[in-house]
Amino acid sequence: MSRTNLHIDWTRCDGRGLCTELLPDLLVRDDWGYPLAADPSLDDKSNIPLGRDDEPAAAEAAALCPRLALAVRRRRP
Amino acid sequence: MNEALWALGRASGAVSLGLFTLSVVLGILVRSGRPLLVLPRFSLALVHRNIALLAVVFLGLHVGSLLLDPLAQLRALDVVVPFVGEFKPFWQGLGTVALDLAVAIAVTSLLRRRLGPRVFRAVHWASYALWPVAMAHAVGNGTDGTSGWFLGTALAAFGAVGAAVLWRMSAGFIETARSRQESRA
Repeated sequence: MSRTNLHIDWTRCDGRGLCTELLPDLLVRDDWGYPLAADPSLDDKSNIPLGRDDEPAAAEAAALCPRLALAVRRRRP
Repeated sequence: MNEALWALGRASGAVSLGLFTLSVVLGILVRSGRPLLVLPRFSLALVHRNIALLAVVFLGLHVGSLLLDPLAQLRALDVVVPFVGEFKPFWQGLGTVALDLAVAIAVTSLLRRRLGPRVFRAVHWASYALWPVAMAHAVGNGTDGTSGWFLGTALAAFGAVGAAVLWRMSAGFIETARSRQESRA
């Protein structure tokens, strides 16, 4: 496990679907196109823990999000 | 040498306009949130960005070569301030307007993570003004602007952009439009 989260800013997200393409193991799309954590046991739906292998794709998703709704953030201890 | 600069100036202008046409259509497709055939959404976003950047590069070649070409009588001021040119000032001025818009759109796109979505979007909307202004500049100012082959190509480009804009304004434009409308009802 790395020490970063993928943070989703729901005030910006419009469910365009780029992040769910780039992170298919972490995110699924709901019926309206918005990303959901693939792991249903996660309490915090806005901060999805990233594995070390997920980080490059997460950074790509954050850079490409058309609504600038994503950020890779250091997890709080 | 002057002939070469003149030819380069004309050809790069035409290529730039073609790439801007493609970029506008791709941008609308990206906005719809739909993938295209084998291209996923994130690839389309990258293709849109790269085609647009290439269009700006050719725009730089277009303006740069004509600045160096004495035949074009283009001054440095004409690159920034529209409608004060020596030759066909109105049609040349449209080119200046398009260049200024292109620079603003490119810079705000490259800095969008710093500027935030509001500024980025507001400036990006100017793309819808840039395209027709650039096209009018090409037809009115271009040496071949009113020749048959150019007008035919321009008409096809106009049809493509026009169809994309009409699609953009239609109710089912967004990929998830149906499910979002159903849940609102």
